[in-house]
Amino acid sequence: MELRIDRGCVERCRTLAAAIADPVEEFIAVHSTVAVERAVLRLVGVDGVTPDEVPLPNAIVDSLSAARLCGGAATAFGKGLAETGLAPQALAEAIAAGGHRLDEFEATPESAARGALRPFVEAALARIAGRREERAAYLARLPQLPPPLLYVIVASGNIYEDRTAAVAAAEAGAQVIAVIRSTGQSLLDFVPYGPTTEGFGGTYATQANFAIMRAALDEVGEKLGRYVMLTNYASGLCMPEIAVMAALERLDMLLNDSMYGILFRDINMQRTFVDQHFSRMLNAYSGIVINTGEDNYLTTADAVDQAPAVLASQFINEEFAHRAGMPDRQIGLGDAYEIDPDRQDGFLYQLAQAQLAREIFPEAPLKYMPPTKHMTGDVFKGHLIDAMFNLTSVMTGQNIHLCGMLTEAIHTPFLGDRALSLENARYIMNTARHFGDEVVLRPGGIVERRAQSVLSDCETLLERVASLGLMKAIESATFADVTRTPEGGRGFEGVFGRAAEYWNPFEEALKPKMASATVPS
Amino acid sequence: MARLVKPYGDTQNDGKVQLSFTLPLEWSEAADEAARQLAGKMGFTDVQVVDGRRIASGFSFFVVYASTAQGIDVENISASSARAHAMTMEEIDAYVTEHVGRKIRVAGACIGTDAHTVGIDAILNMKGYKGDYGLERYHAFETYNLGSQVAVEELVRFAQEKELDALLASQVVTQKGSDVKNFTALGELLEAQGIRDRIVLICGGPRVTNRLASELGYDAGFGRGTLPSEVAAFIAVTLVQRLRLAAR
Repeated sequence: MELRIDRGCVERCRTLAAAIADPVEEFIAVHSTVAVERAVLRLVGVDGVTPDEVPLPNAIVDSLSAARLCGGAATAFGKGLAETGLAPQALAEAIAAGGHRLDEFEATPESAARGALRPFVEAALARIAGRREERAAYLARLPQLPPPLLYVIVASGNIYEDRTAAVAAAEAGAQVIAVIRSTGQSLLDFVPYGPTTEGFGGTYATQANFAIMRAALDEVGEKLGRYVMLTNYASGLCMPEIAVMAALERLDMLLNDSMYGILFRDINMQRTFVDQHFSRMLNAYSGIVINTGEDNYLTTADAVDQAPAVLASQFINEEFAHRAGMPDRQIGLGDAYEIDPDRQDGFLYQLAQAQLAREIFPEAPLKYMPPTKHMTGDVFKGHLIDAMFNLTSVMTGQNIHLCGMLTEAIHTPFLGDRALSLENARYIMNTARHFGDEVVLRPGGIVERRAQSVLSDCETLLERVASLGLMKAIESATFADVTRTPEGGRGFEGVFGRAAEYWNPFEEALKPKMASATVPS
Repeated sequence: MARLVKPYGDTQNDGKVQLSFTLPLEWSEAADEAARQLAGKMGFTDVQVVDGRRIASGFSFFVVYASTAQGIDVENISASSARAHAMTMEEIDAYVTEHVGRKIRVAGACIGTDAHTVGIDAILNMKGYKGDYGLERYHAFETYNLGSQVAVEELVRFAQEKELDALLASQVVTQKGSDVKNFTALGELLEAQGIRDRIVLICGGPRVTNRLASELGYDAGFGRGTLPSEVAAFIAVTLVQRLRLAAR
């Protein structure tokens, strides 16, 4: 199956995406955020919480004066390490307990700070590389089934219940397990700590919860003879920190969108742009596949109208990911099957959009999201719509396939719902495995015309964004009909300009690694 | 006069139902039998376990057909509905112009930590739902869509500041009763601030019913499939009734 699309138009869209990203990248290069600095502290080994349950990375960053923070937490903290001779965790605990203050060490030379921190930076990079190699070894020994990788969500609020559900789902055929977060976590300016058993609409993303799930999936993977992937959600106010935790606990994917938080969670745009960049640098080095959130454009507005916005967002996400050093094979661009089922030829439109993405981003592991918006309490019709979604996915060679639930819009999936959903997907994808290869799309037919029209509307949209500038374009409601201002939204107070002496040892270490393209899969 | 109704399979009063459920049991013939006996204990007769299979280690899924002897007297059934005042957008605009003489001030939000704005957007956004325009499109309403994750306190503050006539609270996530807790908190805070009586208070969400709404002390509740014009008509009619009462 192949679409004849205007390749010149695709090239122009990429050029426009680059022009859109340029000024944002210049902005990112001279700014940092509290979340980036907390991520640096986590990487060098600061973890745990104060008696008041404030995570230590927050406590340390909050203890720094604005002037010192502008130089980067690494320098301030490194000075403390140099002077006290303590290990990072011990120093952090001492600071939190009031035993030390980082401004005691102001006079310490920067070179001493860097020297003291260096071994911990190297250790962190080595630990992440070790996790990445571990994944590669697992995948070689316990290969996955061919894509589309069947992805299901568990979300009980209790990590131990989630574990039961995840193991059962893996046995029923799931290849990727996502632990959906408690609603509202994206708006927390800290990462909760420890194993959690209470959550709303999901389970808190904590490093301990990541580890519990990772161990369970490794165990069931051995039993099934195939590696089961684990994913979670970075988008929100703590993107870089969640990227750290995911790297350390060998998550395989992370939801990480360059604009989702801005548009759909009213997180400040400057904060998001800076955070997404550093988090994606870490994702790149960890070998984590990101999943972008274009499905959100479709659930909040008409899916037919929003198709060009989805494609435009894919181009922008791709560009930002490249600039953070991500290779195409780690960029899971998103789309969703959300066209109104009552619309005549809606399936053809879905096919056009999915195939368009496949051809424009041939190396990207595309992430395909199931119908949600038009799912009702009619589980029978819902199961049918899911089947058409499954067919579209296998026909167009999508890679990461979030299985639709017949009980979408009713409840958080039951164990049996997930099994039915996986059976549906396995049946369709087996019975129609090579259907896409056998089909020739009629030149000039509905599918091809639709794809071309989405592509050219996308170009128009990108032209508008490029001429306005991305921040201005978001302000004037170019995406998802929402308007956000550069200084508005949550987390703006956590953005700051870098001082001349700013130092982030991980950024420094990862940049040349990216440039020499040694990021392994 | 009583009129007893039973489920209909293919013959009047055959009482046929279909059930499906998961048991935390490894599949075996004995598991099928367990499912059959369980359906019997539920009060069903003619139980047929038409499908039973393993879906994961230690879990089996069953599809069951059975009959019930139970019937229900439909003459004694009533369910309240807030969707009674059918009017078009134009009719509502004209009605409000005539009876209120100003725009009705309405705000909506997903309250608490709920981030799912699908429902509130369908009712408020200009575009609406299923070809039925949202409240933003009406001349009759001044509409504020506050979006997702709005704290109850913030919503009440906003209601006071804007002197709202109507509030729409939406909840999609229902896990562990969080929806009911949030709805209750909103109602109580409005009471505490002494403005409950002058606001048309409405809740909505896929699991909301008008019965739940009245239990919670709301004026109306709207569930799945609700059209914006149904909500608009309810607000207009209820507000006009209140204004009349107040004028007496």
